[in-house]
Amino acid sequence: MITAFDAAGINLLWHPTLSVETGAEVNAIIDSILRGELRLDVLCLEGSVMTGPAGTGRFHMMSGRNEPMQDVIEALAERAGKVVAVGSCAAFGGITATGGNPGGARGLAFDGDTPSGHLGAGYRATDGLPVVNIPGCPVHPDWVTETLSQLGTGALTSDHLDGVGRPHAISGKLVHHGCSRNEFYEYKASAEKLCEVGCMMEHLGCKGTQAAGDCNTRAWNGSGSCISGGYPCIACTEPGFEEPGHPFAQTPKIAGIPIGLPTDMPKAWFVALASLSKAATPRRLRENASSDRLRVFPDRYKGGRKP
Amino acid sequence: MSRLVVGPFNRVEGDLEVRLETGDGVVHRAEVVSPLYRGFEEMLVGKDPHDALVIAPRICGICSISQSVAAAEALGAAQGLRPAPNGQLVTNIVHAAENVADHLTHFYMFFMPDFARPIYADQAWHGDVADRFTAMSGSAVLNMLPKRAEFLHIVGMLAGKWPHTLTVQPGGVTKVVSEHERRRLSGLLLSFRRFLEQQVIGMDLAAFAALNSRAELLDQVDRLGASRSDLFQFIHVSQKLGLNRMGRATDRFLSFGAYRQQDSHLFARGLRNGQGAQKLNTGLIAEDVSHSWMDGPKTALHPFDGVTKTDPEMANGYTWCKAPRLEGEPAEVGALSRQVVAGHPLAQDLVAAGGNVEARIVARFLEMALLVPAMENWLGDIRAPDPFMDHATAKQQGEGDGLIEAARGALGHWLRIENGKIANYQIIAPTTWNFSPRDRAGQSGPLEQALIGAPLREGETEPVAVQHIVRSFDPCMVCTVH
Repeated sequence: MITAFDAAGINLLWHPTLSVETGAEVNAIIDSILRGELRLDVLCLEGSVMTGPAGTGRFHMMSGRNEPMQDVIEALAERAGKVVAVGSCAAFGGITATGGNPGGARGLAFDGDTPSGHLGAGYRATDGLPVVNIPGCPVHPDWVTETLSQLGTGALTSDHLDGVGRPHAISGKLVHHGCSRNEFYEYKASAEKLCEVGCMMEHLGCKGTQAAGDCNTRAWNGSGSCISGGYPCIACTEPGFEEPGHPFAQTPKIAGIPIGLPTDMPKAWFVALASLSKAATPRRLRENASSDRLRVFPDRYKGGRKP
Repeated sequence: MSRLVVGPFNRVEGDLEVRLETGDGVVHRAEVVSPLYRGFEEMLVGKDPHDALVIAPRICGICSISQSVAAAEALGAAQGLRPAPNGQLVTNIVHAAENVADHLTHFYMFFMPDFARPIYADQAWHGDVADRFTAMSGSAVLNMLPKRAEFLHIVGMLAGKWPHTLTVQPGGVTKVVSEHERRRLSGLLLSFRRFLEQQVIGMDLAAFAALNSRAELLDQVDRLGASRSDLFQFIHVSQKLGLNRMGRATDRFLSFGAYRQQDSHLFARGLRNGQGAQKLNTGLIAEDVSHSWMDGPKTALHPFDGVTKTDPEMANGYTWCKAPRLEGEPAEVGALSRQVVAGHPLAQDLVAAGGNVEARIVARFLEMALLVPAMENWLGDIRAPDPFMDHATAKQQGEGDGLIEAARGALGHWLRIENGKIANYQIIAPTTWNFSPRDRAGQSGPLEQALIGAPLREGETEPVAVQHIVRSFDPCMVCTVH
């Protein structure tokens, strides 16, 4: 990451865990930005803005400054060339907004998918861009370094952002793309319990066909993804993922049909195709789907060397 | 007497402010402030119990697996579920991977950069230390980060990603580990072992873990030289600065026991105080809110009955953190406590004259040296044909606790399930113990005690000794108040 910053010509003014400066040294940096003496090209926020209780911001006082963090964020955002929300909490409120949102957590520009975040719907940074939202809980580190690097070169404009401020480079893909269980999905050969190898959409709450992200084509921590770890996509890149209205690892259904359809898929077609493909499911997929590992292997390849 | 407020106190995880009263060149009184409240305990009430596995880990980006393991154990205890043996082994491996990675992060990125500060420029060792440990550019830091990233590939392979996995479940893990994955994992472990032995510790892991006393450790540093490894470099600095006499806290060391193996732990559960090893009765844990911005009953409550009700106007309140006490007294938790309670002779010798900054640091190296071989063993113990997850039916009513060890010490989840929903959920994180405020008896928590007597240098506004003491605990503030 430090090398990625160097390559992008990013000079880190201060970061809570990476920088040496502490206490008064940090406040000197912040004050000099607020006085307009030190240029702040990009302000990055991780974590939601805590507005509670009752809008006072007392739930998050900035240490060493005795003022609510929400006020410091607002003051810095007025000076910042660009503002980046890193993660679903800073972007949309995220997990901190679940369960009745006791802390009054909000995103910078959004509260869920409503443009009523802390900085307000009309907010623009001094360079003219709205808040750039890097979603995810967690974010993929490459999403952060690549977005910052593009902001540095000026390559990222508002044309490259979707309706909730996410770069198309991230939200233009679905988690479903490159899913290692794709064949099970095609035939609706479903896992019934966690730790089974079938598709997790029908029973286990998987939202990979609806959620933004390149999680199955860009590996996590070497070779991982939620699916390869054996558990469903919970759409952590989407506003409001924290309050899905059902237990995370269970698919809500009406009359046996999953409520959430794959993105852009007409319902009637989905139902028709699903019942067709289910009828056509090969024995190999049906049996493997509810096993904890592959038990039935593909028939031998019929091609081979031709005369 | 003058007052100093140190904040934002960085290179700790999360938000921290430390208020000091100083005079005659030392700290006389300290108040530790956790200034952020998010309310995870409140959020969990009313949820489907299984959703705790999604929500609780998101308390923290660096202790996430620990939160998963505690939540899974608490759910298992409440719902009558036990992990399949293979599932326990995989859980131990990913949990240990997180804890070891956290120890590395702490030493290289949080703790050591303070010794590269110009305030130490007159010290003979400063040049070498600044080359290796300056924040963002030190050669040791730049070398460590790719090694740490590669080590966390273990978590990528077994748990999908780090942080925030759903692999860890009450019945085991959702990931079935194949034979070819085991071979790749053993390669990753060997690569990391070499990094520890060559750069981090500078000794064969077993030889280092076999040291019995501080004298034996110092003897190794004398014979092999301070430049042998990053640990030895630290020991050299520590000797010059007397870090073994700095930051004494309560000397009451608590551990919930780490890494389940059949019915025991790799590192034992228990309590050790001046009178030696004591049996731990977790029923005698209670949280006091007399100096927190919390409303609640006037008596301290066991977490099964715990209440989290905020009130920023509470008289005497100065932090969102509650004050957990064991039998009415504070306790120190962390890698040092874990190894002291587990009975490691080096750890016990390091605290012979009381807990201190140096002992807290060395204990983390000791733990890395013990955990990598343990991970190798757990990997070997997996019985490939057996299941990794048990699917017993979950009870819809019950009470359970998950008492485990995160990198930073004892982590407890206590939950009650009624009619298939979470009725109460209380969490005590390691730093809740270490950075707790005063209780109604006026007793300070471990850090507040450890700061008394910390020396100040001429003109310091962020006393460097205070920074060493605070960071020696490796606080995780986001877990502290959750």
